[in-house]
Amino acid sequence: MSTFPVSAWLIAAIFGFIVTTTVAGALIAVLSRRIIRSVAGLALCCLGLAGLYYFLNSPFLALMEILIYIGAVCVTIIFGVMLSEPDEVAPAEQRGRERWWGGIALLVSLAIFWGVSRLSLQGRWPAPAPAADGSVQAIGIALLTTYSLPFELISLVLLVAILGALVIARGGRTPS
Amino acid sequence: MNLAHLPDQPGVYLALAAFLLSAGIYGLIRRRTLIGMLISGELIFSAAALNFMTVNRFMAPNPAVGQIFVLFIMGLAAAEVAIALSIIIAVYRNYRSIHSQELSELNG
Repeated sequence: MSTFPVSAWLIAAIFGFIVTTTVAGALIAVLSRRIIRSVAGLALCCLGLAGLYYFLNSPFLALMEILIYIGAVCVTIIFGVMLSEPDEVAPAEQRGRERWWGGIALLVSLAIFWGVSRLSLQGRWPAPAPAADGSVQAIGIALLTTYSLPFELISLVLLVAILGALVIARGGRTPS
Repeated sequence: MNLAHLPDQPGVYLALAAFLLSAGIYGLIRRRTLIGMLISGELIFSAAALNFMTVNRFMAPNPAVGQIFVLFIMGLAAAEVAIALSIIIAVYRNYRSIHSQELSELNG
């Protein structure tokens, strides 16, 4: 690391860019008034999270994050946006209550952020253990031996979720 | 604290997970439509997954366990989104609106 100081700074710059992407995506997802921009913010946040997973020694989960969150979840939410009219309206008579609720939400979220980050930054974490193998091969072997029952249960949950979604969204449909 | 060693310290990731959690809770309180609340819920899911991955990278003896758990979190989030969106579509078909202020049939 010390023989190539420029590369360390380059990696730090990329890391800062990824953190900024995540924070900006979360802020866009929460603060924008149009829902479609909010979905785009969620996709940006998930892209940043994929980069963070890459920095956390897990390129497999980075790819899975892009595949599942951006490829499945965000696209599904966009389908939901197309089938309904979800834009936030700003009625004039509710302006006072709206601001009141915004203040309460800001207060609660700032308190949670302050408390959780203070706890996690000041906590005495144990010293890093010697790293075992965390490669994709180890994940695959563990999924098919130790965690085979939860693995099968996840597939069952997904099947039931698909069937339930079809049944719920089908009811009340008028043949026209 | 050297800035170049920032990616190798758990503090940044933990603070970022706390930020994602608080942003999700802010959106959950603030949003007026069901899809907005669903997006905020996804942010909270991501915060939990990032926390798991951080602890898995820096403090766990076996780094495969946290990755598998985050994989399960992603699968459950996908199932949750499918169910929630079908409920939202059913609600929109019945009420012609998904604003949470107008879904007040059970309001006493």
